Amino acid sequence: MSESTLPPAAAHVGDDVQRVDDAAKLTGGAMYASDLVFAGMLYAQVKKSPHARAKILAINTSKAKNLPGVHAVLTGKELDYRIGLYVVDKDVLAKDVVRHFGEAVAAVAAESLDIACRAVDLIDVEYEVLPPVLNQLDALDENSPLVHPDLGSYDYVKASFSPQPGTNIPNLTKIRKGDIDAGFAEAKWIVEREYTNPSVQHVPLETHVAIVEWKAGDEVTIWSSAQSPFTLRDLFCRAFKLPHNKVRVVIPHVGGAFGGKAGIHLEPLLACLSRKAGGRPVKFQATREEEFSLLPCRSALTYKIKTGVGADGRITAQKLLMYWDSGAYADYAVNVTRASAYSAGGPYDIPNAWVDAYTIYTNKPWGTAYRGFGHVEFFWGLERHMELVAEVIGMDPLEFRKKNLLKPGSTTLTGERINEHTGNPLKCLEAAASAINYGRLTPEEQERQARTGRRIGKGIATLHKAPAMPSFTSTAAVIKMNSDGSVVVNIALTEIGQGTATVVTQMAADRLRFPVSRVKVAVERDTDKDPFDWQTVASKGLLLTGNAVIAACDDLLRQAYLDAAQVLRAQTVDLDHDGEKIFVKQRPEESVTFAALSIGYVYPNGNGIGGPLIGLGRYTAQGLTSLDKETGQGLPALDWTYGAHGVIAEVDPETGEYTVIKIASAFDVGKVINPGTMRGQCIGGMIQGLGTAECESYIYDDQGHLLNPSLTDNKILTAKDLPEEIECIAVETPQLDGPFGARGVGEHPMISVAPALANAIHDATGAELTHMPVRSEDVWRAIHNRLPVDTWVTKAPAV
Amino acid sequence: MWMSVEVNGHIYEREVTEHWTLLRFLREDLELTGTKDGCSAGECGACTVMLNGQAVNACMVLAAEADGATVETIEAEAVDGELSEIQAAFARNYAVQCGYCTAGMVMSVRELLEHNPKPTVAEIKEGIEGNLCRCTGYQQIIEAVLDVSGQIDSKSRGGLKYV
Ligand code: FES
Ligand code: FES
Repeated sequence: MSESTLPPAAAHVGDDVQRVDDAAKLTGGAMYASDLVFAGMLYAQVKKSPHARAKILAINTSKAKNLPGVHAVLTGKELDYRIGLYVVDKDVLAKDVVRHFGEAVAAVAAESLDIACRAVDLIDVEYEVLPPVLNQLDALDENSPLVHPDLGSYDYVKASFSPQPGTNIPNLTKIRKGDIDAGFAEAKWIVEREYTNPSVQHVPLETHVAIVEWKAGDEVTIWSSAQSPFTLRDLFCRAFKLPHNKVRVVIPHVGGAFGGKAGIHLEPLLACLSRKAGGRPVKFQATREEEFSLLPCRSALTYKIKTGVGADGRITAQKLLMYWDSGAYADYAVNVTRASAYSAGGPYDIPNAWVDAYTIYTNKPWGTAYRGFGHVEFFWGLERHMELVAEVIGMDPLEFRKKNLLKPGSTTLTGERINEHTGNPLKCLEAAASAINYGRLTPEEQERQARTGRRIGKGIATLHKAPAMPSFTSTAAVIKMNSDGSVVVNIALTEIGQGTATVVTQMAADRLRFPVSRVKVAVERDTDKDPFDWQTVASKGLLLTGNAVIAACDDLLRQAYLDAAQVLRAQTVDLDHDGEKIFVKQRPEESVTFAALSIGYVYPNGNGIGGPLIGLGRYTAQGLTSLDKETGQGLPALDWTYGAHGVIAEVDPETGEYTVIKIASAFDVGKVINPGTMRGQCIGGMIQGLGTAECESYIYDDQGHLLNPSLTDNKILTAKDLPEEIECIAVETPQLDGPFGARGVGEHPMISVAPALANAIHDATGAELTHMPVRSEDVWRAIHNRLPVDTWVTKAPAV
Repeated sequence: MWMSVEVNGHIYEREVTEHWTLLRFLREDLELTGTKDGCSAGECGACTVMLNGQAVNACMVLAAEADGATVETIEAEAVDGELSEIQAAFARNYAVQCGYCTAGMVMSVRELLEHNPKPTVAEIKEGIEGNLCRCTGYQQIIEAVLDVSGQIDSKSRGGLKYV
């Protein structure tokens, strides 16, 4: 295409365009995997372990098999298939041993859900109960039982991970930057503290659900609530040694995911049941209780931070030790560990750094991806620690952060040089701080404090995150023109609520100069029909898929121009187009409509030329590298999205009860594609972040039984728990290789909400909080057992 | 047992499994899948429907209890393909993300507005407290309710700030 002669078309990018999936979702017409029913469909149920660690001595399934209406019963003994994303460590059904409470040990498929439930009750399992290892630090002890004695024999992705056979460590990631000893020697102060957080649940409103049909000839179809159809297909085919073209994955609407539906879950088990039941489709939907322990959670973390600071308030060195509780299987936890390791210092300039990040097996439900991919967890410690260090050295926490923020010319922990296009963490921090009038109480706040007797405090926290993905992550988009000149876009990035379909519609419309009404993004994802996408995770979709969609639009226009040049007896450089037609620049009345070209142009005498207009676009992350296994040096980051939160909290100093008066958050998204959907992503993440900050947590007894697998005992925030005021701020420092300058923001709003809240509570009361979630009783305890800050200072200037 | 129930203006006469909930009856027997199951335990509100004009969690009501009753579900909210005012306000205000809570949320909002046409923010929060939404953070749903009850115009609608 050449320079356009037209004024810019009405732009949709940057505008409040309504979501394209609203009508279906608002009327109940949108079909989710849980709504699908097929002829001959059977219902699966699983028998679950009541123990955290046990030997399976015997399983008696004869009564279940004899129950009328039961078509298949399976135990682990009959199956020899193993699955695993990065470390292949999980049997499709537990074999010989169970490794966590709630693990599946047998499964049935029956004509109705009621029969399947009865059949599972009729299965008897005999166990020899063994003492579980529940705490990840205990699991490092050389006398600890091994969760996976065979770790050394498992397959794993060698470029990125380092399992330690003979231990409970499926991965250790190391980062080495500068000279750590010299950095600490140079420091005037050294401050060391440990921070912890428990496992939590994603709680998508739709629990995991799948239907699998394995027909004769190994023709497999999977309908699933999964986030990532191609990765699901790949993992499935590896487990069963099937060619990819035998397995089709279809993803309809998804009722929330948040990382918990990335990867592969019950699909392989359902496939085995279907094969055994003669190829009938088999459906399973997890109950809310099963969602907590049959399916994965977010890993617990213990984070030990040691920071050296110079006389000028600059960080000289940081030693960061991460102990990630993977639970019974490695799944995403090894990659959470890796991604957290290279991000571990936050958006700060740290000249000398040492990170050891361990993934550790325990006998608990396993940890997987969860919005933020480790960053919610480690930023809890990091941004509490920054507050503590500021307190120790007597500097205002905002000033201390500003002094140490990354700026153009700084290098990250892996040696990546930051420049002025990477994004602006300072602007985010200043915007969040000013939105809460940081550092002072307004007259209204003073009056409120006097009136209520509660203390008002203000806290800030920064954040950053880059997509955690293979260095060569790629995607593609196909855009097909219909005979009326409208288009359908096919991508494999799933719509899980984040608004992908809407922003892709806007970007395609602008690139084509079409109205949004002429662009449709196909609803279902289907690996037989859609072009490849790696996964719908990591906040990478907007950048990668956006670029692929732009390339697809250009490809379609290029073909249309070639055909139009022939029709109009012109060269493509002579042509321009608007939303309806391609025309000769010099004589716009000489034109041909897109509709006339769409499926091949027809001359008046009936001759046809051209053919259906189909654009293809591809995009691969540019220039990224693997990390050196000994030093962690390399280029892992597609883009960095920076952000910051400000929180105003009101605390009762007697009881520790608190409420959040305001949260204000700013993110450098490069370019806002859709203010309404971006604000929705942000507020949704901020409130999910407040849930993790205030109350969410798995609770186990000392035998590893999960005590609170329900929404009554594991609360998430309701509308009544909202802060009085929520403010959402966009910073736009264009990403040079982002579509329209944009970068992702799906996960970031949730990161660092917890430390911003705890910093506000600290400001109000002096409470030193090191464990998240922060419940009122924790605040009360921290207020009443206040330790002096010297407790954590291991080097200080002589007074 | 044999039951007769009016759902969305149609009379259904059916043999119903005694231990089935109204939710299962609607979704599995009548194939009205717009109403969602998020917990089957009365904890999430995804299954909210109108039973004799009152919002209830359909997973906490036995189907048999609806014998002779009138039930309305999300499928009856739009008329002839036109979104209702509540639905249109949800759309305008980005109150929908994954959509799984949406049917229940719309039902609760409808009940709230029938009793209280101009609810305050506190009353809206109270009204939808039983409906969990993991995606939106509720704020844009609250704004949608303020919008449909005529309490904000497009100017005062909560927006994204730019710096
Ligand atoms: S499904 Fe009825 S309240 Fe959750
Ligand atoms: S929109 Fe997903 S749960 Fe509400």
